[in-house]
Amino acid sequence: MIEFLSVYRQHFGEWVPELLVASIGTLQLMALSFMLASVIGLVVALMRVSRSTLLHAAAVVYVEVLRGLPALVILFLIYFGLGGIGVEWLKFTSYQAAVLGLGLQGGAVLGEVFRSGIEALHLGQMEAALSLGMTPATAMRWIILPQAGRIVLPPVANYAIGLLKDTAVCAIIAAPELMLRAKDIASSSFRPMHLFVLAAVLYFIMSYPLSIVARRLEARLARAR
Amino acid sequence: MPVAAPKFWAVFWAKLPYFLSVLLGAAGTTIKVMLGALAVALTLGLVVALLKLARLAPLRAVANVYIEVMRGTPALTQLFIIYFGLSDLGIDIPPVPAAIIGLGMNGAAYVAEIYRAGILAIHEGQVEAALSLGMTPIDAMRFIILPQATRVMLPPLCNYAVSLLKDTSLASVVAAPEIMFFARQLVTETLLSMDIYLIVAVIYLSMSIPMSRLVAYLERARRAWQ
Amino acid sequence: MDPLLRIVDLHKRFGETEVLCGIDLEVPRTQKLAIIGPSGSGKTTLLRCINYLEKPTSGHVYIDGTLIGERQRNGAYVHLSDRELAKERAEIGFVFQRFNLFPHLTALANVAIAPRRVLGLGQQEAEARAREMLTKVGLGHKFDAFPERLSGGQQQRVAIARVLAMQPKLMLFDEATSALDPELIGEVLRVIRQLAEEGRTMIMVTHEIQFASEVADRVIFMDEGRIVEEGPPDAVIRNPSQARTRAFLTRLSER
Repeated sequence: MIEFLSVYRQHFGEWVPELLVASIGTLQLMALSFMLASVIGLVVALMRVSRSTLLHAAAVVYVEVLRGLPALVILFLIYFGLGGIGVEWLKFTSYQAAVLGLGLQGGAVLGEVFRSGIEALHLGQMEAALSLGMTPATAMRWIILPQAGRIVLPPVANYAIGLLKDTAVCAIIAAPELMLRAKDIASSSFRPMHLFVLAAVLYFIMSYPLSIVARRLEARLARAR
Repeated sequence: MPVAAPKFWAVFWAKLPYFLSVLLGAAGTTIKVMLGALAVALTLGLVVALLKLARLAPLRAVANVYIEVMRGTPALTQLFIIYFGLSDLGIDIPPVPAAIIGLGMNGAAYVAEIYRAGILAIHEGQVEAALSLGMTPIDAMRFIILPQATRVMLPPLCNYAVSLLKDTSLASVVAAPEIMFFARQLVTETLLSMDIYLIVAVIYLSMSIPMSRLVAYLERARRAWQ
Repeated sequence: MDPLLRIVDLHKRFGETEVLCGIDLEVPRTQKLAIIGPSGSGKTTLLRCINYLEKPTSGHVYIDGTLIGERQRNGAYVHLSDRELAKERAEIGFVFQRFNLFPHLTALANVAIAPRRVLGLGQQEAEARAREMLTKVGLGHKFDAFPERLSGGQQQRVAIARVLAMQPKLMLFDEATSALDPELIGEVLRVIRQLAEEGRTMIMVTHEIQFASEVADRVIFMDEGRIVEEGPPDAVIRNPSQARTRAFLTRLSER
């Protein structure tokens, strides 16, 4: 055990800075995917609750497909699949493929989250807004979405935590983030256990604050009921 | 784009049976890993859940730390630690067992929370009523608590099973012979990346979508019952 | 001069059940109309058809002589979408049984939001109007309260103020006091009575028979989707000519 820990003391100075830099890449990746997923999710949710059967069906198909596939497959389809067709503008870098892949899948997840937030509101709210003369769009903007937004905060926070962990999968398509760096250092130093445990610690440090926030949001929502 | 070339399509259709036989064969391992990890998660999860509900604070602490760590780190990292990390320390675990243990231990943390929610969902008053009617605790467990708890827990457990199915794809990086592993090999052989991965996507969807439908059905049945 | 509201041969079917079986109705300006009847008689559905929260299966609704809720296209009638209906709905006020206040807005904001976002009033103007209406219903001290902090009676009064702020031509009350605890009913009825005395055109679906007989100019008794009897309160309530009306009123007074 002591030997194990002493290796850390030896290499701390060279490993930790590199991994920290890579962690920033992870956080960036997460932030970009989160934004993409939120935008797509909102669009999907509105399509899902719309009266147009075409929009509704398209949203359902999108959600079913993107939630039914492993993230790894989506990433491979974008990075290797689209990249292999031969069309120049489809040759995404691994980073772009990572953001796109995680964002598209996240859009499906958040789409369902937003939708249940919208549907959780009483029909009466919509009727009251409409009978005051608001168009459905105005009602959505000022009455429905503001309330739904509050309801969906806990599941969105939970999604964010899952997203952080999913960025690790992007290492498999060689996107520049923490897991990839850890893997590289592990193979060059022949110390996989040390590196992966260190990576795990870093992931934990990044995700723990988020899970505290998520739990507080849940508690606040539960109290407000 | 090579898709326009008729010769390309002829080659593709000719090879399709071969692709399917390889990939569907690998699906067997996928399901094996999934069921194995599910079993581990369900049993270990029960242990963790009971620990979390224990009266002794240290036991509760162990459970909490376990859950926090498992849920706070990526499954991929955990798999790497078990497969590459342990082998570095001299403990060699073959790919499939490593995947089962890794995914199972990860899942146990989620399953433990599901068990806890299920048990807590039963009102205390019901247990009191059962006991005051003269039921033994075991009877109360059998006839009152478990049936209701099961109904509450079934949808999230099935949801977990679906996500576990998708997580088996991670096992490809520890060389477990499941779908993604063979898919990547086929792509290296044939360079038909889009086609192969599309087939893979269809295979996953044909497994995960029926399972999700089942979950939706169970959810509706539960709400109707309530 | 056209009556304010004219309903022509209105039918409404929900699946297999016909809930409105041919309603014809004219309501002149400033009339206070009360609609009474057993549950399931179609009273609420009729009211909801007037502002097109329910789309009639057949028949037409005219406000001030203008056809609302539909457009004629190639000789056939086509229902308008919610977006197109918004303009027409702004002129009709609807007070719900369950208030339907917006929980994320204060009382003031609840009343000001439609004048602001629908009528396009400026922020100051909208809030001034909101304060005026809230004071009118007796809630001048509750501008900044959120709905969850208000009693049922207070919430319903905010809902009425919210409707008044839009200056509607016609006000519809869907069992405005049915969801209230008995001791809170009075404050809401007082407000409704005050509005009646101001000369507004009002249609009230209600179970408060005594109140209806005092405030309404005209009462309609509905049963099974049809208008069974109508006339001034003295006739319909105190001296009904139809057996069904009599039966209903007797059942009510026995409770």
